Amino acid sequence: MIAVPDERWLGRAEGPVVRPYALTGGRTRASGESVDLLALVHATGNPLADTAFLEPEHAGVLRLCRTPKSLADLASDLDLPLGVVRILLSDMRERGLISIQRPSANPLTDARILKDVADALRRL
Amino acid sequence: MPFVDSDHDSGPATPMSIKILIAGGFGAGKTTLVSSVSEIKPLRTEEVLSEPSILVDAIDGVENKSTTTVAMDFGRITVRDDLVIYLFGTPGQHRFWFMWDELSFGALGAVVMADTRRLADSFPSVDYFERCDLPFVVAVNCFDGARRYRPEAVRAALDLDPGVPVVLCDARQRSSSRDVLVILVEHAIKLLTDDKRAVTSR
Ligand SMILES: Nc1nc2c(ncn2[C@@H]2O[C@H](COP(=O)(O)OP(=O)(O)OP(=O)(O)O)[C@@H](O)[C@H]2O)c(=O)[nH]1
Ligand SMILES: [Mg+2]
Repeated sequence: MIAVPDERWLGRAEGPVVRPYALTGGRTRASGESVDLLALVHATGNPLADTAFLEPEHAGVLRLCRTPKSLADLASDLDLPLGVVRILLSDMRERGLISIQRPSANPLTDARILKDVADALRRL
Repeated sequence: MPFVDSDHDSGPATPMSIKILIAGGFGAGKTTLVSSVSEIKPLRTEEVLSEPSILVDAIDGVENKSTTTVAMDFGRITVRDDLVIYLFGTPGQHRFWFMWDELSFGALGAVVMADTRRLADSFPSVDYFERCDLPFVVAVNCFDGARRYRPEAVRAALDLDPGVPVVLCDARQRSSSRDVLVILVEHAIKLLTDDKRAVTSR
């Protein structure tokens, strides 16, 4: 048996495990390159040939991604673990339902952008 | 609103994102800080359980028994239409480092929350960020009834480099949490410009 972890937050955080992994056919890892947490997912609007493929969770992704959403936002809004969403996304990308853009040009090396960030935080 | 009517090829540039990590030991105030400055939402990820018998199951292909989910704090602050700050609150224990590697990739920097009653709990976070060379600041949370320490005493106890900012904060106060983030961003800018100077003077 699995020992129950003693961390308070872990107990609080434990969610349903079985259903999400049933959805992914028991896979716990997406094939191919891992999608960055802040990569943007966008529904393509392409029609789906194989409608039997579509589970409510896929429909949920499509609904949320009419405007681009980060993987982290998606997983949080769908209340699904990140790994499950990564698998859904790779299946959906294969079928042409979504496009995934890596986070755009690295802003971390641009001091001007970082100064904007500091100013915006000061106004919070 | 960007994107609403845009198609992918000709739409406006994708928004830039800035990632900041909020680390620290158990109960140090991570969730409190993220929720005082941003819209906080829970985000779950998977943890692989390393129980020996479960590993055997995994080899047999029963993968879904080998993971459980853990939660982290996830917050976002929209700076402009094209610039968003993401905050990720992560537990400080060693067993969660599998998450840290992913989280620290491409991050601007980190806040290490320190509770002076359990200062040692912040050692692993400090070690981690020093090793991966990520800019970080230490935020000393002033818990009720805890002895007050000067920042310099905390710096000495944590054996921090002189350049690492140490700030006292009350994570329950929005203004205080905000100041911690401002200090982190300024620290990152300073390291960036110092680096550039070092390159050009070579
Ligand atoms: N007095 C005081 N209390 C605080 C401060 N920050 C957090 N707390 C309290 O400390 C407790 C723990 O804070 P959390 O924000 O849940 O800490 P955490 O780091 O998210 O904890 P875990 O996720 O369980 O590791 C809560 O009851 C907070 O209200 C602070 O700056 N001052
Ligand atoms: Mg917490």
